[in-house]
Amino acid sequence: MRDESVSVTDATQASTRDFAAWEPGRAETIATALAHLPGACLPILHELQDEFGYIHQDAIPIVAEALNLSRAEVVGVVSFYHDFRQAPPGEHVVRICRGEACQSMGGEALVEHLETSLATKLGDTTSDGAISLSAAYCLGNCALSPAMMVDDRLHGRVTPERATGLLATIA
Amino acid sequence: MSTTIYVPLDSAARSVGADEVATAIAREAGRRGLNVNLMRNGSRGLFWLEPMVEVVIGSDRIAYGPVRGEDVAGLFDAGLLEGNAHSLRLGRTNEIPLLARQQRFTFSRCGIIDPLSLDAYVAHGGYEGLRRALALTPSAVVDEITASGLRGRGGAGFPTGLKWRTVLEAPADQKYIACNADEGDSGTYADRMIMEGDPFSLIEGMTIAGYATGATQGYIYIRSEYPSAFRSMARAVEIARAAGYLGALVAGTDLAFDIDVRLGAGAYICGEETSMLESLEGKKGLVRFRPPLPAIDGLFGKPTVVNNVLSLATAAPIMQHGAKAYAEAGTGRSRGTAVIQLAGNVRRGGLFEVPFGLTLREAIFDLGGGTATGRPLRAVQVGGSLGAYFPDELLDTPIDYEAMAAAGGMLGHGGIVVFDDTVDLAKQARFAMEFCAIESCGKCTPCRIGSQRGVEVIDRIIAGEQRDANLQLLDDLLEVMLDTSLCGLGGLTPYPVRSAVQHFPEDFDRAVPLKQEA
Repeated sequence: MRDESVSVTDATQASTRDFAAWEPGRAETIATALAHLPGACLPILHELQDEFGYIHQDAIPIVAEALNLSRAEVVGVVSFYHDFRQAPPGEHVVRICRGEACQSMGGEALVEHLETSLATKLGDTTSDGAISLSAAYCLGNCALSPAMMVDDRLHGRVTPERATGLLATIA
Repeated sequence: MSTTIYVPLDSAARSVGADEVATAIAREAGRRGLNVNLMRNGSRGLFWLEPMVEVVIGSDRIAYGPVRGEDVAGLFDAGLLEGNAHSLRLGRTNEIPLLARQQRFTFSRCGIIDPLSLDAYVAHGGYEGLRRALALTPSAVVDEITASGLRGRGGAGFPTGLKWRTVLEAPADQKYIACNADEGDSGTYADRMIMEGDPFSLIEGMTIAGYATGATQGYIYIRSEYPSAFRSMARAVEIARAAGYLGALVAGTDLAFDIDVRLGAGAYICGEETSMLESLEGKKGLVRFRPPLPAIDGLFGKPTVVNNVLSLATAAPIMQHGAKAYAEAGTGRSRGTAVIQLAGNVRRGGLFEVPFGLTLREAIFDLGGGTATGRPLRAVQVGGSLGAYFPDELLDTPIDYEAMAAAGGMLGHGGIVVFDDTVDLAKQARFAMEFCAIESCGKCTPCRIGSQRGVEVIDRIIAGEQRDANLQLLDDLLEVMLDTSLCGLGGLTPYPVRSAVQHFPEDFDRAVPLKQEA
């Protein structure tokens, strides 16, 4: 279910997940456009990932060049942060909270349920490429545990049945 | 004449169907030809009542909740727009007992106004704090913050005024305000609520900090797990800038201050202040050695105020109402209000801003109503993933910085996670070590290697292998991590582990030995 119908002063619409195919020229444009920012490396990597869905290996020298860094430094940043992907994600990204608050309400059982029903593991993508499953360490929905996020949309009090229902809506 | 209805756009409220309710209200009003002005507000923080719908009747707001999409037609039938009776009717919002007994200072506007309406912000006292600050000298503003007794809300509880004083007195051509919005601890969501529900209060607080210390540039570092907070904060900054509240001439004065909103990338360690500074500089989030303190040598090597969202957002009402108004609440050296966030297995999970001094038991039972499952409470983790697990016997500990420390824990960012009697504390201790291993920045050995060894030792204890010797080994390991880690991740992971062993030893002695030890 999309929430376009609710435009009432809600400036927090979720972004679409239609990623562009890798294109070095476009990556260069992005890197050059943001290179003037102080500490530009993370903003550039985020922008690249928003555009292409992941950080293509050929983006590394482009970012390094734009920021006058070594390739090793850029690889270091990409690999340090959990968010930056080095391979294309599934069509949808499902993040399950593994924080303590969610654990207290059956969060680990939810993880098992999703791993089993999707036949994949945390950190992996389903074989049909539909869903990437990953762990989050707190989604900030701790009063409505357990929580999971489907793309940018947060869900609370997620029972295994509700999780199955939510995944059916994006399948 | 149209009737105004508020439906929260807070992402937690949306996570249980607030958007569906808003859509249903718009559709139902349309179908009945009724004129409804549908507004989106932040959340009041009473999450067990979300989605909570409020109808404006004269000068009152009448609340209904928790409302589901399918309840909406029935609510209209009952006379929602007149505030009529219905099984979901909660009465006047202000008189909901668990809201009425709070003392909202930092969260005075959250859940009341449209978060991105600057007019609504100003109409509810917004920017009065900045106006008052600008009439004083920067030094007098710092004095006011110091006199209020405000302490860092991120967890460390360091006096905010002292930090600002250090930056004010540090000579430099450039200074920064770096807002730590990397709220990574499980059980906490107060920063997210402010950023989604009252973002201008953070902007105003940062502007006051800029004026008080001579910083002209601010950064807000928001974790990527909070996409809605990031979008609303970025939008609020644009709106404030367009209205002249940020930029070269703030509010028509010669004060220059601007803010850039930055997105983290899924690293818990970046909530540690020096790691966050590294990340803002575009690097790996490796923790820095201290000294030098960030207040002297911080972002890009310049004097930097690093404060949590709530500390900065609280500066605005302190300047608005005066230090005394804030300091009057609280107990001992914990002045003002505590922002308690009840989480996990609790019947009424939510945010409660109350004076410091309430006990854990009062918070969990009087406010929270006990466990959600109805089973007996067994453990409570206070202060996030690095906080201690408390057993029932310690629940009479008052919620203030010193009392929590004396009980072997920490208040941290105010999160309280409740567990019922199905919890296995050996598993929780193992998780604390596993989490530390996953999130360690890798710079110091006790954290990077200690956490790995910690997981292994706990696994052996759980398996019943040489239990006593391994418990002793674990204790030694915790001592080393505690004393020699570079930052709070390795240095505080021993808290949940040690408290679990100390208060729940039976959970570490459950193994049925499979084979006789030789």
